Amino acid sequence: MTSTLALRMGGVSWQVRPRGVAVTLGGLALLALLMAMNMRIGDIRMSLAEVVRGTFDVTSAHNFVIMELRLPRALTGALVGAALALSGAIIQSIARNPLASPEILGVTTGASVAVVAGVVASGSLYGGAAGLLTTVGTPVLALLGGLAGASTVYALAWRRGLDGYRLVLVGIGVAAVFTNVKYWLLTVGDVNDTARAMVWISGSLNGRGWEHVVPVALALAVLVPLTLLGTRSLDALRFGDDTVTALGVRVDPARALMILAAVLLAAVATASAGPIAFVALAAPQIALRLTRCARPPLLSSAVVGAVLTSGADLLARTVFSPIELPVGVVTAVLGAPYLIHLIWRARK
Amino acid sequence: MTATAVAPRLRGIQHRRFTVLMILLAAVLAGVVLSVTIGAKPVPLADAWHALTAPTGSENDIVIRSLRLPRTALGVVAGLALGVAGALMQGHTRNPLADPGLLGVTQGAAFAMVASIILLGASSLLGHIWFGLAGALLASAGVFALGMVGGRGGPTPVTLALAGTAVSAFLYALTSAIVLLDEQAMDVFRFWQAGSIAARGSEVVWQVLPFIVAGLVLAMVNAPGLNALSLGEDVARGLGQNIPLTRAVGVTAVTLLSGASVAACGALAFVGLIVPHLARSLSGTDHRWLLPYSGLVGAALLLLADVIGRVVAPPGELEVGVVLALLGAPFFVVLVRRRKPVRL
Repeated sequence: MTSTLALRMGGVSWQVRPRGVAVTLGGLALLALLMAMNMRIGDIRMSLAEVVRGTFDVTSAHNFVIMELRLPRALTGALVGAALALSGAIIQSIARNPLASPEILGVTTGASVAVVAGVVASGSLYGGAAGLLTTVGTPVLALLGGLAGASTVYALAWRRGLDGYRLVLVGIGVAAVFTNVKYWLLTVGDVNDTARAMVWISGSLNGRGWEHVVPVALALAVLVPLTLLGTRSLDALRFGDDTVTALGVRVDPARALMILAAVLLAAVATASAGPIAFVALAAPQIALRLTRCARPPLLSSAVVGAVLTSGADLLARTVFSPIELPVGVVTAVLGAPYLIHLIWRARK
Repeated sequence: MTATAVAPRLRGIQHRRFTVLMILLAAVLAGVVLSVTIGAKPVPLADAWHALTAPTGSENDIVIRSLRLPRTALGVVAGLALGVAGALMQGHTRNPLADPGLLGVTQGAAFAMVASIILLGASSLLGHIWFGLAGALLASAGVFALGMVGGRGGPTPVTLALAGTAVSAFLYALTSAIVLLDEQAMDVFRFWQAGSIAARGSEVVWQVLPFIVAGLVLAMVNAPGLNALSLGEDVARGLGQNIPLTRAVGVTAVTLLSGASVAACGALAFVGLIVPHLARSLSGTDHRWLLPYSGLVGAALLLLADVIGRVVAPPGELEVGVVLALLGAPFFVVLVRRRKPVRL
């Protein structure tokens, strides 16, 4: 069943797939519920009603705790998940490969190397840096590392135009270098620093505040409309470079813009919460199977990513409580079985 | 073109392929010589030969026989295995991003080893090899079963790849949860993860050798079937291929090869990701040549990287995985840029 409605306004028209709309709206409702459940947890336990009242009623007793501590964390989770998933959906569409993720653009791996190097270099073996330096330094390092990684991949893959296949191959090579440098750095440092670095590498939402929300929110606000405008060229890119050129799409500018958007989304998200594993890879594939589109749908992927990350954070905080696992550990535990279930169901 | 014109050209291609094969063999041999003679204590070639043929118990003899030889042997065996496994995996999934760890092998081994540290309190790397191997085999069997259940008439490349990625991510998550909660496990895990062929001892080589030999035999048996499969499943079926059988043989070979080498040397699976692309640029897409090329390139590269790792950072050593990435990956990128990549 792939019924499609066409929506026309003046000279512009969109295709609207009822199934996609249903998945997106259902996902948003689930997301709101998960965020509220997440905000119940903390030193003071609240009921769902108290959470809702605390969020919207300024005079409520819980308003301060909610607005300063719990809402930023819940929002960071949702927005970072959405950004990573959107980035993954774009890259999978461009590479035409379900295994592609921001990792092959060098974003997450570049950020990981930068942060692990920072943690090890400033670690207990070498004097140590703490406080403001790490809270500000880590996101900045991650952002710079991510952008540097992506520039490396892009520059190396560019050769009289960009070829999707060559981009993937170059991405593999660069990712191999970064990943193994990261492993090596992990063996160089003190084991305590290694553990701290591992928490960041896994992706964590612990102690995230508004300063982590704002960059991701801004990036999404600018880039989501931009990528939606580019949907048409993504649809065309599916057919391969030669066909697309013949169809009259100017391949390189369109693709370069979409890749830039994917890189920025992934870099900003990684800077806020670390390279949360598996969201960028799994969310587009889950959304693809739920909406039954021909390629990963952008909006639905973003919503699925947000739901996956929020749900994972909820589990990460409750299962081993009072010990809190990094959220990235749980995204895979939650996402992998579901993805397997979807694959299994689709083939029957 | 008539048949008479094609025949000499074909002979020319065969001749060239054979020459390249000989060159690769020579490269592996050179790697072996370098690996035996170079290290913290350089051993002259004559002494090395003496240690192998008529050992007298001198210092050089002990260094060669108990340290260098097992290390070199493991390098050859693991390099061969990972190269061949990578080529098989990319052939079966028809995906350039597929590495031999894709079926969950690497993460299965990692999880089993880390779990054995927690449950049994073992702290040496060597005791974990059987656990690693068992974990690798179980994870891979699980992925294949999932793909089997999910596919019509056998697993398709996409279901296999996705199921493998999902299972790998799942196991990696469990592993990182354990190492984050247990510092001792973290300390073993981080060194295993970096990948190394040093200080393994000859018993490790003998432990993994049967699995790798079996895997190599299965791989070569699989090559013609894989060639047919690369024309697409429908064509392969039309040519009389038993597709589920071909896939099962291939997956078994990949599992044996990469499971054994990953259990022994750590997370080196990316060797199998890059090497087949290098080999493919020499051999083209015929798997009967690609598989041996891939194995030999893998062995030569692993040995060379290991030798370099011994000498670049005296008095210590750099793990082979790191050297390999720093050395092999840029070379790979240059190669990809210079010519049009041979597509799967």
